[in-house]
Amino acid sequence: MSKTILIVGGGLAGTIVANGLCRQLGAQLRSGAVSITMLGASDTHMYQPGLLYVPFGRMREHELFREQSRVLDRRIHYYVDPAKNVDVEKKQVSTESGRTFKYDYLVLATGSRIMPQSIPGMQEAAHWFYDLEGARKLRDALNNFQGGKIVVNINAPHKCPVAPVEFTLMLHEFLEGKGIRDKCEITYTYPIGRLHSLEPVAHWAGPVFEKLGIKSEIFFNTESVDPIGKTITSMEGSVMPFDLLVTIPPHEGAAVISESGLGKGGWVPTNTKTLHREGSDDIFVVGDTTNIPISKAGSTAHFEADVLIDNLASLVQEGRWAREYDGKAFCFIETGFSTGTYVWFNYQTPPTVAPPSQMLHWFKLAYNRLYWLSARGLL
Amino acid sequence: MAERQTVDARGAFCPGPLMELIAALKLASVGDEVEVLSSDKGSVNDIPAWVAKVGHQFVGSTELDGYWSVVVKKAK
Repeated sequence: MSKTILIVGGGLAGTIVANGLCRQLGAQLRSGAVSITMLGASDTHMYQPGLLYVPFGRMREHELFREQSRVLDRRIHYYVDPAKNVDVEKKQVSTESGRTFKYDYLVLATGSRIMPQSIPGMQEAAHWFYDLEGARKLRDALNNFQGGKIVVNINAPHKCPVAPVEFTLMLHEFLEGKGIRDKCEITYTYPIGRLHSLEPVAHWAGPVFEKLGIKSEIFFNTESVDPIGKTITSMEGSVMPFDLLVTIPPHEGAAVISESGLGKGGWVPTNTKTLHREGSDDIFVVGDTTNIPISKAGSTAHFEADVLIDNLASLVQEGRWAREYDGKAFCFIETGFSTGTYVWFNYQTPPTVAPPSQMLHWFKLAYNRLYWLSARGLL
Repeated sequence: MAERQTVDARGAFCPGPLMELIAALKLASVGDEVEVLSSDKGSVNDIPAWVAKVGHQFVGSTELDGYWSVVVKKAK
């Protein structure tokens, strides 16, 4: 009897899983023993890390997008019809348009979303670059900015943990290039007691920020923003004035997850090694959707997806398990417009930061193009 | 009714125990408790220090088999 693999979510994680499964299950797809269906929210696929470059005019909008139909293997049944409810008892997913999809194996890859509306005043007063509209508005704001106080404000939880550091260093160079750095004060705020959750990144960033004249305030968790008085207030009691507020808004998972009772805040309780939803052996979770206490980042999603593909393909073909996820994450870090570095770690190996170099920056620029091979399951 | 949830942040290099606690408290209701399991001894000091700053309630910490359990109650 044919097995149906249903993938909910058409972003990076879901797309890599779908394409990777097609590569491994060719014979089963040809014979009809397996079918793969994906439910997504858009007919375009966005390279989200590229949004970092948009405010500085260093990546054009069209470079961020491909048609999802051209990214996905043709053997995948793709529906632009987001999931509305997941019923794990009946093993079915209903969609916004009213369709119902049954599954034998379910892959939850619903991702995360920014929630500026969860903090009073943030949506009205702040800029961000974590979605296209925000990146466009920030690009305009930076182009018009002539000097003053800029606050780069980071909130928990958020995905792509190194992006705020990258943005801050790129902002410094952007303002220098514009000839107004001496008229600007940059202050970076962070929720915990150091500049970055990754201790080596925090240790590295401290002296770099000091050298570049970037101020910082740690233990800063945003309570509210005053759009009229142009101040931002922390839960810890600090009030900071700004002329331009760039925020990394707090994130939540997809509404379909919490509304289906699969996890508070849209994060699904997930086994850290098998990537099974806790309590289900037919449901896998991948990417930002998990509640695993590791970075919510594209690389995490990619490495998880590789493991999930091997396990799901092995289960279908041989009825056995292949391997476990080791917590691997790898993040490039732009340290300006001409140098870059990276950090990698897993459950057992502490992170280290490589010395920044021009070559690593070029490698990151190359990956911005190579991503499309990753999405297709080739890299 | 108040709930208690456990965040297992043992061995988590990023985002780490305190960031996980902050995220969990945002989703909790007033009166709920969050237990953080951490293999970083620093959490025993960091977490109570932050909790005092923002006005939540530090319930206590316990050393277990190579890790620590730190419990916080959401107070506001």
